[in-house]
Amino acid sequence: MMMEISRRRKVINAAMLSLSGICTVLVIGVLFFILGYLLWHGFRSLNWEFFTKLPKPSGESGGGMANAIVGSGKVLLVATLIGVPLGFLAGVYLAEYSGKTFAFSLRYTVDLLNGVPSIVIGIVAYALVVRPMGHFSALAGGVALGIMMIPIAVRTTEEFLRAVPNSLREGAMALGATKAKTVFTVVVPAAISGLASGMMLNLARVAGETAPLLFTALGNTFWSHGWLQPIATLPVMIYNYAIAPEEDLHQQAWAAGFVLLALVLVINITARLIIARGSASSRR
Amino acid sequence: MATPHQQMLSEPSIGTSQIPPVAQAAAEPPKTAAPAYKLNSKNLNFFYGSFQALHQISIDITSNKVTAFIGPSGCGKSTFLRTMNRMNEALRNTRVEGDLRLDGANLLEMDVTDVRRRVGMVFQKSNPFPKTIFDNVAYGLRVNGIHKKRVVEEAVERSLDRAALLTEVKDKLHKPASALSGGQQQRLCIARALAVEPEVLLLDEPCSALDPIATLKIEELLFKLKNSTTIVIVTHNMQQAARLADYTGFFLMGKLIEFGDTRKIFQNPGVKATEDYVTGRFG
Amino acid sequence: MATTSYAPNVPHRPVVSSLYKRLRGGDEIAYLATLICAVTILLIVALLVVELWSNSRPTIHAFGWHFLVSSTWDPNSGKFGALPFIYGTCVTAALALFIAVPLGVASSIFLAEMAPPGLSNLLTFLIELLAAVPSVIYGLLGIFILVPLIRDYLVPALTKVFGFLPLFQGDFYGVSFLSAGLVLSVMVVPFIVSVSREVLLAVPVEQREAALALGATKWETTWQIVIPNASTGIIGSIFLALARALGETMAVTMVIGNTPKITASLLSPGYSIAAVIANEFAEASGSLYVSSLIFLGLVLFGLTIVINALARIMVLTTAGRRG
Repeated sequence: MMMEISRRRKVINAAMLSLSGICTVLVIGVLFFILGYLLWHGFRSLNWEFFTKLPKPSGESGGGMANAIVGSGKVLLVATLIGVPLGFLAGVYLAEYSGKTFAFSLRYTVDLLNGVPSIVIGIVAYALVVRPMGHFSALAGGVALGIMMIPIAVRTTEEFLRAVPNSLREGAMALGATKAKTVFTVVVPAAISGLASGMMLNLARVAGETAPLLFTALGNTFWSHGWLQPIATLPVMIYNYAIAPEEDLHQQAWAAGFVLLALVLVINITARLIIARGSASSRR
Repeated sequence: MATPHQQMLSEPSIGTSQIPPVAQAAAEPPKTAAPAYKLNSKNLNFFYGSFQALHQISIDITSNKVTAFIGPSGCGKSTFLRTMNRMNEALRNTRVEGDLRLDGANLLEMDVTDVRRRVGMVFQKSNPFPKTIFDNVAYGLRVNGIHKKRVVEEAVERSLDRAALLTEVKDKLHKPASALSGGQQQRLCIARALAVEPEVLLLDEPCSALDPIATLKIEELLFKLKNSTTIVIVTHNMQQAARLADYTGFFLMGKLIEFGDTRKIFQNPGVKATEDYVTGRFG
Repeated sequence: MATTSYAPNVPHRPVVSSLYKRLRGGDEIAYLATLICAVTILLIVALLVVELWSNSRPTIHAFGWHFLVSSTWDPNSGKFGALPFIYGTCVTAALALFIAVPLGVASSIFLAEMAPPGLSNLLTFLIELLAAVPSVIYGLLGIFILVPLIRDYLVPALTKVFGFLPLFQGDFYGVSFLSAGLVLSVMVVPFIVSVSREVLLAVPVEQREAALALGATKWETTWQIVIPNASTGIIGSIFLALARALGETMAVTMVIGNTPKITASLLSPGYSIAAVIANEFAEASGSLYVSSLIFLGLVLFGLTIVINALARIMVLTTAGRRG
């Protein structure tokens, strides 16, 4: 009797463990499938034209996404200029200056902002920038993505500044440094690798965002000059081409998808490695 | 009849063999004018929130001498040390009452960054910045507005020399400070503090994390330093106080129980509590 | 007499501190600058809510709260109702969770309890990379890979076995609630795995040892001791995944069919709140049309806030116990 019970339990044990392992394999399998297929198919669709030519009018084959690549760069630049300074300095305030109640409200608000769907942020950027200006623009797209960058910038900055040991702050103050000098010449440099990689992850996340650009930056089949014109971006092009009927455009969508994913993954992996190396060395 | 403990103290130890008669001469009050006081406190009280950590501390720190604070853990010696360069202000909810003077001027009302430049501090655990050796020592200078390359370089070399570190790091000034050993890092922190030429150097148990040889090196350099700088050192190690200090203060439960000539404190303490402590009956 | 120093290179400052010196020290400026940034962020969020609310007013005026339960969406005749989109959002999210939760929790159990630490960390790293893949890429793979697969293999099988259920009746064109739900499930699985794994790892090892010492098998320990300990956190991770699924735009709009329809069949094309905004906002004309879309955005905003708040409370209470 006892033998049978324990055998049944052993069987259940083995079965459940295997099942959970299978689920993990399934999940990992999907990842590799996604990456593999995209890399393979996307890479095959890639050619030199993709990086150098403008999109061709519908019906004609060929063309590329040169303007979208540059356009993404421009929009991300605006986003970084808006989101990073605001987020970084607010994070410094939270880590070094703030009192408890204000810190709680700010953190809560920032977390709230982080949870807002990106399409809603697009709506707000539309109301704040596109409507008063009367037209779509790279600036509006940058504002939308910049707002999205704020929460992660704040949280990363606060987390990494807090991790700097107090003994460094005391050492600087004992030499006659003011609080501001202590923060910006000792604490921030000590946290710099974490801050930099956090910003990289932040950038990678917004680089792939499409929804907020759909009615702020809109798109452009030509080069966009300056910052106040509608502008083509890589994710929006992928979307537009993927839902278009022409097979030729589908190929370009794959190529663009490859470029975008490669970029995002490279930045992600690099940033995570920097963080991992940083935390390992500080544990010495 | 001297106790074995007191006998040991009166015999020369490794460090004291090098101490010239100067220390012995300090035992007798000089016939000339009274020694100048660098720092004075009068009825100083200190509070963490509602807890009173220091009670009516009145003490005179003599210029160009080594003064040691001894006492069991939690007695307030480190707290008092940190009031002397106002480091406690960085903590929340603290309060100082009473008189504290530097060269006669009210230290509590001076510009705090000026106080800290003139009254330097070395901490218990060495805390070099994650920068190069050179940038560590130069930090205090740059933060106080000195940027001229030649001036900074000379000051860095001079400070490293005074901290007895220069020969060991001369050819790796631009390597990271984290590569140094524990004892070297602490001497680096001393060099960093010396670079701004403080008039007073406060040291909070600087050798407690170091081995005897590293400790010896630091004690030797402190002894040389006192010619130019007033030294105040908190220590758990009574032999160290006996070796180094001209004057010693015994703290207990936030009060200054006894203060005076080191020899007197160790060989002929006036208060029973002091005698109990230095003979090792507690703490 | 004052001290002698080696060389008086460092100037003594005057006892009185001037305003200029204080400014150069930088304390006031730094404090103000950082405070201004912090306050600006608060203002931005407030502005966000205000803009959403005020731009929704025309619709609220015209339809009132009836908007939320009416199912007509006809821009040409000026009739707007939110129900098809709310329905589609909920259905796709529910389907996504239905698939992702068992899969994700099971994987997190494997990674937290069974796998050796090195393997566990590597696999978790890879799974977290899944979360970094942009939404539009999922959409791309959804359109060209997933939908054909569903059409050619999954749906025939489903209709053969479960065709009697109203869930799987009707014609299938590829784009559908089912396709959107499946794509969403892939997108939210990494969140469930990542957070659940962390809360499982946070359960103290003493609890596990106590059970094992009494003769429980590994699985029994996990199921009866570890998971109940971590249950609040796991539910929190599910809420986080739900919030993500509700707000997801691009992948959904590329495979859901973009047809406002309320029907029990998962094989039918449908629409979600995020998808309709993405599709129709740029060309919407007429203030009622635009404000209806914005009001839908406000609804979505409110929904995700509530769910995120619940999620945070749950995850934090579990993590706090780690102490």
